[in-house]
Amino acid sequence: MRINADTVLRLADLARLSLSADEVERMRRDLEAMLDYVEKLSEIDTSDVAATAHVLDIATPFRADRVADLLPVAEAVRNAPQHDDSSIIVPKVIE
Amino acid sequence: MSTLVSRSLCELAQLVNAGKASCREVTEAFLDRSDQLEGRLGAFVSLRREEALREAEDADRLRARGEVRSRWHGLPLAVKEILVSPNLETTCGSRILRGFRAPYEATVLGRVREAGMVVIGTTNMDEFAMGSSCENSAHGVTANPWDLSRVPGGSSGGSAAAVAAREVPVALGTDTGGSIRQPAALCGVVGLKPTYGRVSRYGLVAFASSLDQVGPIARTVEDAASLLGVIAGHDPRDSTSMDVGVPDYAAALDDPPTGLRVGIPREFVAEDGADPEVLERMHDAVRVLEAKGAKTVEVSLPHTPYGVAAYYLICTAEASSNLSRYDGVKYGFRSEAATLDEMYKRSRSEGFGAEVKRRILLGTFVLSAGYYDAYYRKAQQVRTLIRQDFQRAFENCDVIATPTSPGPAWPLGERVNDPLKMYLSDVFTVTVNLAGLPALSVPCGFTSAGLPLGLQLIAPPLEEPRLLAVGHTYQRETDWHQAAPEL
Repeated sequence: MRINADTVLRLADLARLSLSADEVERMRRDLEAMLDYVEKLSEIDTSDVAATAHVLDIATPFRADRVADLLPVAEAVRNAPQHDDSSIIVPKVIE
Repeated sequence: MSTLVSRSLCELAQLVNAGKASCREVTEAFLDRSDQLEGRLGAFVSLRREEALREAEDADRLRARGEVRSRWHGLPLAVKEILVSPNLETTCGSRILRGFRAPYEATVLGRVREAGMVVIGTTNMDEFAMGSSCENSAHGVTANPWDLSRVPGGSSGGSAAAVAAREVPVALGTDTGGSIRQPAALCGVVGLKPTYGRVSRYGLVAFASSLDQVGPIARTVEDAASLLGVIAGHDPRDSTSMDVGVPDYAAALDDPPTGLRVGIPREFVAEDGADPEVLERMHDAVRVLEAKGAKTVEVSLPHTPYGVAAYYLICTAEASSNLSRYDGVKYGFRSEAATLDEMYKRSRSEGFGAEVKRRILLGTFVLSAGYYDAYYRKAQQVRTLIRQDFQRAFENCDVIATPTSPGPAWPLGERVNDPLKMYLSDVFTVTVNLAGLPALSVPCGFTSAGLPLGLQLIAPPLEEPRLLAVGHTYQRETDWHQAAPEL
């Protein structure tokens, strides 16, 4: 499969990455090599095969809706690069 | 070198329990050994000398009062830098998690703490566990203790190198596509990937959630069994954790399987990928088991040649989703910008390394409109076929034997610019993760150049006791695991 620079830029935008011109070319080449390699999967007829998203045969476990240990707000925001006592600070979102 | 550091965890437990060594002496011996070697090895990201010695002294005091939390109380281990704890900085080998200290504790680390074990440090890894060589880390590369110019394998390369170098008796690693077993093989130590769901993933930073699993790295199968016993078990905080009892893994070691049938997959042996020496060592290892009464049977895993392709589509898709949480807002590294969107982009672009970006882009591609069915869904269907291959093979055998890795440790730098070649080195390990099975890598000899090789043993789900018993039987008949690198 041929991948062009526009495709790489579109993927980068979706993934919120900005790439230098060098990176775009390197990623384009690597993606193309990888997609060529995985092309071998088309040798297998999977028309009647169910997909496996997960190996375990388990149902979603439910728990009682009880208030348990809550993370204090000050603890929750402590790792944010910019924060005050109770909020995470980010660049202005709404004009 | 203190003789203490050449002891296994079980031997150290005997010494301490008999009062022949203190926890402090043991912990200090390993810390001293690490201080002496780290400049050349780089297996650790951090060493907790003062805290570890204090914890060891506390353990000595408690033991003196008869308050023994477990046989391993006060004995040291190392932890891959991907498991979180308020007591540790967890960066996953990434600049984007610089300075991150979680407000909560991974379940496995809680269990290790309750057993009274002492974490002496965190070990190096490929960024977000993406890599097979430990070269993709913001903290620099780790060297292979057997040849410092070669890779230790990855992604748990720091844990494997530290155990091989006698810097620590045991360590925790994580395995998404071989990241415990392959570095264990390349460093000449034991690595166990448990059944998916056997060990809690709560507090394990996610790479590919349907594949990730925590497991032990040790020098003996007995030590691996011991550490698995500490960390395994149901956890209500991980919805994929299995609610089934934990067997006595140590007791299973003394129950060697009779009439064991060892399956040799035709496809693995015929693959052009493996070095002839690697296949020879594997067959030698199987002959050792035969001499103990095992029978070999040929089995077929016909979809093995598609494993790497299916694996890299699935793991990158899951990774692109899991890693969207790193945005410079909640934790870690932020690159300032005027707008929120620009801040996301700059933080992620400056924070992630090349391999992580490559996988995020591939994962984004395979999940994007128009390509989802052809790539992601197709890979999930092939995953079904790979699971069925194993189910059928286990109708005729009890364990499957393969090489762990197609070759020994390669020179540092050799594959960093050839990602596909790096991915292909995972050919023998990835299908195990796709099928959610337990697998063990045991040292099975050396190449003519003196580099260690591993034998991989695979079992049906939850048959860790069988794997460990076979591995232990093998180690009683061989002494590869006693060999120590000259450092």
